[in-house]
Amino acid sequence: MSRHAANPRAVWAIYKVEMARTLRTVMQSVISPVISTSLYFVVFGAAIGSRISEINGISYGAFIVPGLIMLSLLTQSISNASFGIYFPKFVGTIFEILSAPVSYLEVVLAYVGAAATKSVAIGLIILATAALFVPLHIEHPFWMVAFLLLTAITFSLFGFIIGIWARSFEQLQLVPLLIVTPLTFLGGSFYSIDMLPGVWRTITLFNPVVYLVSGFRWAFFGHADVSLAVSLTMTLVFLAACIAVIAWIFRTGYRLKT
Amino acid sequence: MAPIISIAGVSKTYDTGFTALKTVNLDIERGEIFALLGPNGAGKTTLISIVCGIVNRSSGTVTVDGHDIGSDYRAARSLIGLVPQELTVEAFETVANALAFSRGLFGRPADPAFVEKVLKDLSLWDKRDAKIITLSGGMKRRVMIGKALAHEPRILFLDEPTAGVDVELRKDMWAMVRALRDSGVTIILTTHYIEEAEEMADRVGVINHGEIVLVEDKTELMRKLGRKQLTVQLRDPLRTVPEALAAYRLDLSPDGGTLTYTYDNQADRPGVASLLRDLESAGLAFRDVDTQASSLEEIFVNLVRKTP
Repeated sequence: MSRHAANPRAVWAIYKVEMARTLRTVMQSVISPVISTSLYFVVFGAAIGSRISEINGISYGAFIVPGLIMLSLLTQSISNASFGIYFPKFVGTIFEILSAPVSYLEVVLAYVGAAATKSVAIGLIILATAALFVPLHIEHPFWMVAFLLLTAITFSLFGFIIGIWARSFEQLQLVPLLIVTPLTFLGGSFYSIDMLPGVWRTITLFNPVVYLVSGFRWAFFGHADVSLAVSLTMTLVFLAACIAVIAWIFRTGYRLKT
Repeated sequence: MAPIISIAGVSKTYDTGFTALKTVNLDIERGEIFALLGPNGAGKTTLISIVCGIVNRSSGTVTVDGHDIGSDYRAARSLIGLVPQELTVEAFETVANALAFSRGLFGRPADPAFVEKVLKDLSLWDKRDAKIITLSGGMKRRVMIGKALAHEPRILFLDEPTAGVDVELRKDMWAMVRALRDSGVTIILTTHYIEEAEEMADRVGVINHGEIVLVEDKTELMRKLGRKQLTVQLRDPLRTVPEALAAYRLDLSPDGGTLTYTYDNQADRPGVASLLRDLESAGLAFRDVDTQASSLEEIFVNLVRKTP
């Protein structure tokens, strides 16, 4: 192997193992989020949604589709990536990754690539499931896919950071449960931020999930709480922040190498 | 010929302030079996982990076949296979997949025929489709060796390879290690079983308190530092050792029936032949004579005791 040669086989090997894990645990990995999202549609879309008036001319059932997909995408990206890197740390097999002729970029590419693939697949399955409950029309399909990919990659990177930071399974769950889930619920998944009173509308703009949901919803309906440019910029800023943190982790060996 | 691994001035102080290695210098020769001995916490695993890229060094340089482990890590690491001390394997993966993964991770193209050969050499071929979680401890250990060999390394690190392994399997592993050495693979092993080093090593290094205390050809080490004992069973018990034999500093057993003479190749003490002559001159008849050489274990224990 020459000095600067890349190691795509290593990326493929890690990616395959991660994807194989998903297939081994298909009930937990794929079917479970689809069922829970379907329940959201039944409760918020059909049962309660039928009593809520349209928002910006969109039925409530259809309005929550982008938010629900985003909710799953975020939680799945984080949990897939964090577990993917935490598990080898936990059982000790991380030594093999650290001692292999593989660059940090390749390690991230493999783990984050696998996590993002899984969450995008789940997002698309949920989209297909949603179509069974509500009529759907995607106004800007390109941007829908772009936001789907961008969010999956960004939050898989974020999950990767959590997986490296975590020293126990409890810590692994801490950030997703105590920070990400509340931010997602308060990020406009189930409502338009225009429906909030003035001060809360301002406060909610500090929530990064608002921009993801808003941009994604714009791709579906052509309406958004904040402009597409702002949504995209904020998402890219978060992506850049995650990349910077991961670069620092690998430069210092934080919680990977002693 | 240039050493295959060159460790120069390597030290390691952990964030806790604990210094695991103090300026270690060590060369590993091409094609040898090198046994690194040391008590628990001596720095063996830290040293191996630094060479393999798992632990960051505080100072010093390490080259593997001329490749710096930092600036040219891909080339350096692709030459190395590591079998760590702990049984760390993907429990839910099958044996064959685990080896294929390791091979891919090290950038080698898939080669089912080679993986088959490794599995057969390790008597794991029948278990190739079994999940690792279903295997015994000894088999898991062999899977780890198989994973380390899957990318055809030129250097193999074995960190306590036979810990918890039964005698039969241990001997199988020794045979396998020798076969690897015969095929040109350089082996570095750490072990608590001194007999393992005595049985297999070409050279022995002793590390204690983070310092290399000694590096020596095994045979030479045993010749230089090995002690011998001559035991003489007397026909008639003695009360005290006769004055004429004082120069030999003999030990008399409590029952007075056995004299023990301890000597080594370095010491300036009279030899065995003169002792036997002097025993006869002193009128001491003996029933039997026995000699014993000290083992590598005794040499090791003595060396480690001497290190402050």
